[in-house]
Amino acid sequence: MPALFTWIATLPALLQGVAILAVFVALIGLIILAVEYLPRPGRGGTLLRLALSILVPVVLLALLHTYEIAIAGGALVGLGLFLLDRRSRGGAGRLLQLLAFLLPAAVLLVVGLVIPFVRTVFFAFQNDAGTEFVGLRNFTWIFSNPESLATIGNTLIWVLVAPAASTLLGLLYAVFIDNARGERVYKLLVFLPMAISFVGASIIWRLVYQARPEGDAQVGLLNAILGVFGAAPVDPLSSAPANTFALIVVFVWIQVGFAMVVISAAIKGVPADQLEAAALDGAGALRRFTQITVPWIRPTLIVVLSTASIASLKIFDIVIAMTNGRNSSGVLAQQMYERFTLGENGRAAAYALLLCLLVIPLIVINVRNLRHSREG
Amino acid sequence: MTHTEIPPASGAFRRPTRHTPRKAERRPSTSGTGTGRLDRVRARLSSRAATAVALLIAVVWTLPSLGLLVSSFRTPDAVASSGWWRAFGDDALTLDNYAAIFDPTRVQVNLAEGLINSLAITIPGAILPLGLALLAAYAFAWIPFRGRNTLFITVFALQILPVQMVMVPLLRLFSGGEIFGTVVVRPLDGSTGFASIWLAHTILALPLTIFLLHNFVASLPADLFEAARIDGAGHGQIFLRIVLPLAMPAIASIAIFQFLWVWNDLLIALVFSSSDQNPITVMLTNMVGTQGQNTYLLSAAAFISIIIPLGVFLGLQRYFVRGLLAGATKG
Repeated sequence: MPALFTWIATLPALLQGVAILAVFVALIGLIILAVEYLPRPGRGGTLLRLALSILVPVVLLALLHTYEIAIAGGALVGLGLFLLDRRSRGGAGRLLQLLAFLLPAAVLLVVGLVIPFVRTVFFAFQNDAGTEFVGLRNFTWIFSNPESLATIGNTLIWVLVAPAASTLLGLLYAVFIDNARGERVYKLLVFLPMAISFVGASIIWRLVYQARPEGDAQVGLLNAILGVFGAAPVDPLSSAPANTFALIVVFVWIQVGFAMVVISAAIKGVPADQLEAAALDGAGALRRFTQITVPWIRPTLIVVLSTASIASLKIFDIVIAMTNGRNSSGVLAQQMYERFTLGENGRAAAYALLLCLLVIPLIVINVRNLRHSREG
Repeated sequence: MTHTEIPPASGAFRRPTRHTPRKAERRPSTSGTGTGRLDRVRARLSSRAATAVALLIAVVWTLPSLGLLVSSFRTPDAVASSGWWRAFGDDALTLDNYAAIFDPTRVQVNLAEGLINSLAITIPGAILPLGLALLAAYAFAWIPFRGRNTLFITVFALQILPVQMVMVPLLRLFSGGEIFGTVVVRPLDGSTGFASIWLAHTILALPLTIFLLHNFVASLPADLFEAARIDGAGHGQIFLRIVLPLAMPAIASIAIFQFLWVWNDLLIALVFSSSDQNPITVMLTNMVGTQGQNTYLLSAAAFISIIIPLGVFLGLQRYFVRGLLAGATKG
């Protein structure tokens, strides 16, 4: 594989993308061809199997340059073909087909997610070189160091404020523009920031937050507006905990569009006859909203909230691009990266594990949602 | 993240059956005039005050971007001495900032290269996981096997592993070729180009992509598969001739999402790309460090980085919203 990548890397950047896609399409084509013709009895199938038994180890050896994997690959093909023959007397060689469909993704998931996950758990209890276990030392450092305690505090502010604010604003906006004239334009205006990267948004908001000394002309929108009301200029990024809230504003600015579109679609699904009946019974707009609309769209609200919670727990780009963690505005994900760049792998892994533990309750909610919808 | 239960277009909406039919029985006459009355009920919800608040929010949401756009066309002196809203009075607008940001001697980064790198990372980064995920999704949906549900739930749960949780070992696997201290593959190094960042994006996108495509592929009518099998088609043919064409709308909307996600990504690029493969987000972040005070340059550079995803977004908005409602968004 590295040999292939090395060859691709000699091409101009854009052609590299085209080349890898061509290789990829060819690979998928081979897989599908194998799935279609391998289980068939007769000469063609036999030749294909023979070719496969020779080709797989050779290709593996050429790609990965290790004999162990080539041998293992050859053995796997042999085993697969054997099982296929045993099975195909009864069925149609399902096992090999199944492997052909599942194996590429499964190998990547195991090698790229499951094993690294387990290793990071180990790293969290080891020293930076990963040579010996140090017990809870990485965690006691995190929970005794004032700077990292501030980081945890900031992350808690993020996860408490940002999802609630973006969901609430999204809900209000969706309700206010529902069936209003120009609804599409309204939606687009709030939705547009979703296409903008967190980095781009951070630069946009740095302009808004710019502060000049009192008396100078203010060039940032925020301080210009404050100036109109005669207030002294403020630099929202200069002191904690205000800077965390200033960063949350950027997140909300992006996230409200998502909340609004999803909630708006749910609101369109609220049954008309229920709203109508309530109106005939004399319920005001507010009561109809709280008694009918909100209960009806509750599952959607939960999804929007949990999405925003996961995103705000993992927030990284905004902090890096706006403050880089200065003035005690750091968060878990950003601290994890900083420890990683400093070579402190143990502490970095401890931060990552902490982040993961905080995300788990949200996994539970989401898995429950999945079970629910699969049954329903 | 996960998925919403309410994609209105597909009609897969769970109704609380306790209420709806009863109301429908009591008021059979509403079916004809329902829409008209509904409009009136809803119209009262969006009263004048509500419209005013909505308008205010829309303005507040638009002004920051407008500020960026206007600032990017102003001279350095103008940007330093007055707010961007004053630009409408004076006419000293210039394109020089855009010339400057593409001149590496003036901004210390090669922004043109960053744009090309972003494209070279993003296009495979959006398509590779989709191909692998469609194969897996087909297996999960139409090839019954023991432990299928458990395996599927496991894949689903994997999507919420934070990047941070796998980043360091993944980097070691790519750069050292080792797992648990044993060398298993030849490492990817400086000579292998975008390989590690493509692989990282592919791996991290797989769980969510498999989940979403499975939802779609599983909802295709079973009769189709039955008929194809009777005609003698194997899994390979069924996949190529039935699943792939029918899943195209779903593939398109997920591809757009993945495109935006990879284009806008910063963390994976910071960790996995070497300096001559840096995408535009990394270059922008570097510019904040080196050119933080030169807002006229920063705003032009930021605007350039926004144009391509914005174009994709505006051009394919319909697919984007469809993907969003199917749950194609990452936390």
